[in-house]
Amino acid sequence: MTQTSMLRRITDFANRADPYPLYEELRRTPVLHEEEDGPYLVSTYHDIKALLHDPRISSDAANLASLGQDELSGPEATGLPPSFIRLDPPEHDRLRRIANSSFGPPHRPHRVDNMLGQLEEIVTGLIDGLGDAREIDLVDQFAYPFPVTVICRLLGVPREDEPRFRSWVDPIVAGLDPDTRTAAGAERAAQEARLQLGMYLNGLVEQRARETRDDMLSDLVHSHGPDGAMTTMEVLSTSVLLLIAGHETTVNLITNGMLTLLRYPEILERLRHDPGLSVRIVEELLRYEPPVQLLPQRTCIADIEVRGVTIPKGSRIWLVLGAGNRDPHRFTDPDRFDPDRRDIQHLGFGSGIHSCFGAPLARLETQIALSELARRLDSPRLVADPPPYRQNAVLRGPRHLGIAIDGVK
Amino acid sequence: MTRLVVDLNRCQGYAQCAFLAPDVFAMHGEEALVYNPRAEREQRERVARAVAACPVQAITADGLDGHPEGASDAAH
Amino acid sequence: MPPTDYLDWLRREGRIVIVGASLAGLRGAETLRAEGFGGELTMIGDEPYEPYDRPPLSKAVLLGRAAPHHTELPRRREIDAKWRLGVAATGLDTEAKRVRLADGDEVEYDRLLIATGVRARPWPREDEARLEGVFTLRTRDDAAALLRRLKAGPRRVFVIGAGFTGSEIASACREQGIAVTVAERAGAPLVGALGGVIGAVAADMHRENGVDLRTGVMVTALEGDPVGRVRAVHLSDESIVEADVVIVSLGATRNTDWLAGSGLGAGPRGIACDAGCRAFDFRGIVTDDVFVAGDVARSPHALFGYQFLSLEHWGNAVAQAEIAAHNMISPSAARRPHLWVPAFWSSQFGVNIKSVGVPPMGEQIMITQGSPAERRFVGVYGYQGRTIAAVSFDNTRWLEFYQREIERGGPFPVEFPTVDRRPEGRVPVDAGFPDPALPTHGPMVTLSGHSPTDQQLVFHPAHH
Repeated sequence: MTQTSMLRRITDFANRADPYPLYEELRRTPVLHEEEDGPYLVSTYHDIKALLHDPRISSDAANLASLGQDELSGPEATGLPPSFIRLDPPEHDRLRRIANSSFGPPHRPHRVDNMLGQLEEIVTGLIDGLGDAREIDLVDQFAYPFPVTVICRLLGVPREDEPRFRSWVDPIVAGLDPDTRTAAGAERAAQEARLQLGMYLNGLVEQRARETRDDMLSDLVHSHGPDGAMTTMEVLSTSVLLLIAGHETTVNLITNGMLTLLRYPEILERLRHDPGLSVRIVEELLRYEPPVQLLPQRTCIADIEVRGVTIPKGSRIWLVLGAGNRDPHRFTDPDRFDPDRRDIQHLGFGSGIHSCFGAPLARLETQIALSELARRLDSPRLVADPPPYRQNAVLRGPRHLGIAIDGVK
Repeated sequence: MTRLVVDLNRCQGYAQCAFLAPDVFAMHGEEALVYNPRAEREQRERVARAVAACPVQAITADGLDGHPEGASDAAH
Repeated sequence: MPPTDYLDWLRREGRIVIVGASLAGLRGAETLRAEGFGGELTMIGDEPYEPYDRPPLSKAVLLGRAAPHHTELPRRREIDAKWRLGVAATGLDTEAKRVRLADGDEVEYDRLLIATGVRARPWPREDEARLEGVFTLRTRDDAAALLRRLKAGPRRVFVIGAGFTGSEIASACREQGIAVTVAERAGAPLVGALGGVIGAVAADMHRENGVDLRTGVMVTALEGDPVGRVRAVHLSDESIVEADVVIVSLGATRNTDWLAGSGLGAGPRGIACDAGCRAFDFRGIVTDDVFVAGDVARSPHALFGYQFLSLEHWGNAVAQAEIAAHNMISPSAARRPHLWVPAFWSSQFGVNIKSVGVPPMGEQIMITQGSPAERRFVGVYGYQGRTIAAVSFDNTRWLEFYQREIERGGPFPVEFPTVDRRPEGRVPVDAGFPDPALPTHGPMVTLSGHSPTDQQLVFHPAHH
């Protein structure tokens, strides 16, 4: 065993910019268990995939809580009752089905597709807003505001309220990052914002209860399928979940994307001339730099055997998606970013029943963002490589991404 | 026209195709997929998104093969 | 010529003929080209159409989401073949290496791939089968004709046989508000494929969706009106149901008649081949230059006691065609066995049904996740202490776990806890398969014994 445990090295901020050499070392012990009460780390593609479809693996937050171990709580730590991310079937399935009935097929098959025009419009507006700056921060000026605006439109927040809405979301999202969580006042600001946001959403929910519109809030308020209706509390918690869980991940995907393209200028150049390439670029990104690096919230409810190692019932399991995505037994030349590879069956959105709820939206947002940035930024160059990263080891991405440009086209 | 076929043994109902190309792919119930095996030309961009997004790479379409094995590298 | 020289020659300039221009034939052809076959390739198909996909015919097409004549299969690559479409193969001379065609032509081959598939089993009384309004559903022409009648607003559709196809047709009719009666000889729909426990769930689904389901009955006669249109169906319980459309859904017959006299081990249950897809002759000796793939093949499977399996599965057609094509142009050391784990799907009444393994081998079943009452569950079949198959209703994402259990011979009963295990799923119960001697409709997987020259296999003597 190394002197500093692998687990500590993965969470160590010093390794945030490039965790991949660490993952390579990790994969040499496909099932790693370093400390008696510590988690089992699983890091190879096929093992992770198998466990994501294994009915003996639980995502129920109650199992982790009973172990008194939840230090890497995810983005949905909002004080609301556990969302479906942290539940097992049948509760998980029921809540996810109701949420989906406002978002996608079979009930709302065109909801996301109908957003296409608006996504383009929002992206155009944000890029126009860069003005004649010679240096931009892609995170604060683009990747951060984009998903919030999108979720506002989806939920049905009136446009004139969007700035107010964002002023509440920003401190909440900031409060989730362990980096800023400790800062004095940050937690209080997040708390206050959460309260304000809740009151605002509650008002909207009441409005939609009286007058239905073509938006997700209306659908959630009026849901009455075989799974029953959502209470106002459930509508609120679902809205906040979509907002929070969908936010950080999309920010990171877009930022990781631009960072990667700036490191692979020939692909950026191709994208400039062929926006359709963004489709494959986004899939390869989800393999190469996934916004969710690992899933730390699973436990096993039976003794299970993985690669000859028995993981005893009740153990915590970390599924290191970022390592599985670079497994050379699964992907040829895994450390090369190559959108032309024919086989990109990545783990970027997970797999199985908990696979990412907002995946289709995140895909479209990132495809449009990257192809438009490629087309319109004139001679973009990285200001710093690597850029400064966020503290978070799970939802990994740059805190800022400085890009020098000669202008905006 | 784009001819397409979905390997419904592979399909696990992630519905990415039905989100991204809703006039070609549709969910019938929560998990079952029905699709039009001949997509109109103006759907091509959407079909390309659907093929690439399929988490189990179950969709084969003329010139857009998402199938990881077989002769998928063939130019068409 | 030494074998390697022969293979080199074959790959370069040999003649390969594929009989059967559907899914297996097409994927076989593509694999041959992908693996470097540069010789002459001929595709023979009895239907006048380029290869098309059949599963949509009973689903998307009847639901109006696809046109019956527009389900052509996409191509993975150019295959540069000579197409002989609309002309059936009528005979095979293995000695002279010639396929005879219905138009009198003969096509010579160096290697042959047989992928002639199956056809719908017709209503056995020919005069009744000829009544206007009586349909089977296998080809795109069948689907087009049936769709026309359904669009015209029939008073009642009568489906004979509640296998997968029959159930899918009933489901599509109900979705369009058409009155449907379904008659099934067994105690419930899908019994032959999935057993009585699951069949009971399927029966509930039929009835909840307004299907007039009659089980444990046989159709004794179809009654026509004076101008030759079907108007009623007579049942063995002496009831009579008025119907102006009757769909005969009694499963399939293997297209092997044309092989009579060829000397191949071919009969109504298919063409026996080894795990490498080489056909057996009727003596049980494997041939060198005739290969088989798809629904028409029956081949031994290591996971299921080396019994010969006949699989009417889409995925099997693809996998077996790829293996057959590879083996046709590879030296023996490079040949691969066809080890595909049987898997199929069906969607009916808005529920996605999938299965892996061989459910009819199962003696017992237990519901390891979810609940049949909610139409969302996984059921696991056990055979002699091991897991042999699994079925899911709207729970497909768990199935790959059970497939691995089947592959590794995981123990049965399933003792370990699972998420969403309900109290009723803790004890195995009899799976409820009928006596195999009693045929049911469309079991989709047929275990057909251990011998390529199975006694139950009828061998047609030469006609000439």
